Amino acid sequence: MKFAILVNEGPYTHQASDSAYQFAKAALAKGHELFRVFFYHDGVNNASRLTVPPQDDRHIVNRWSALAQEHGIDLVVCIAAAQRRGMLDENEMKRQGKDANNIAPGFRISGLGQLVEAGIQADRLVTFGD
Amino acid sequence: MSDEIEMEEGGGVVKKFMFLNRKAPYGTIYALEGLEVVLISAAFEQDVCMAFVDDGVYQLMKDVDTSGIEMKNFSKTYRALEGYDIEKLYVERESMELRGLTEDDFIVDVTVLSSAELAALMAEQDVVISH
Repeated sequence: MKFAILVNEGPYTHQASDSAYQFAKAALAKGHELFRVFFYHDGVNNASRLTVPPQDDRHIVNRWSALAQEHGIDLVVCIAAAQRRGMLDENEMKRQGKDANNIAPGFRISGLGQLVEAGIQADRLVTFGD
Repeated sequence: MSDEIEMEEGGGVVKKFMFLNRKAPYGTIYALEGLEVVLISAAFEQDVCMAFVDDGVYQLMKDVDTSGIEMKNFSKTYRALEGYDIEKLYVERESMELRGLTEDDFIVDVTVLSSAELAALMAEQDVVISH
């Protein structure tokens, strides 16, 4: 089956991101396809390269990046939700005249159309969040 | 599900999308950002509807004044949905009545459904995006 995942909550505050990751790993292990993971609302914070959790805890951001690298998963961060929460890639940093960017490897910033497209293309769109 | 998906001309898939709104319009950003997805979905020529349940029914209230909380009032966006060909708006009767509201309290025309009717409608959808 072809899955798509929507993550609506930030890392650590809420278990949604952990559950989404575990679901993604389990689906891939069973041989399913993962079309895209879309990060919306506070979920965009899952893409912050500057995240520094305590060493004895899971690193949620790096874990997503590794999943993208190992399985070629498309991790998409909503641009509008990202911008209002201070999440910028290099292009947006320049375009907005800011002095830093913070998007982790494996993530890309794009529009909400990517979420609707994921709903159309996937057999199931699974939402994680409140 | 997939056997009911019709193909539009040009081979594009038309799926049934329901945007399920469960939260009050202010207090959290879910309603505002949820509405942004709905507007974008209009460009994809899908079979889109919106449902309002729980505190989500408050999103449709008339005469909302947000000046006291310094937040952008986006109530009028619900009136603009018609211009995007998003005309199927459903309100769950139980949620509405529990909050002492009637259809006259809403800024747009809606179809009021019982919880069971809404559940049946939800089961027909290909995609449910819930905020």
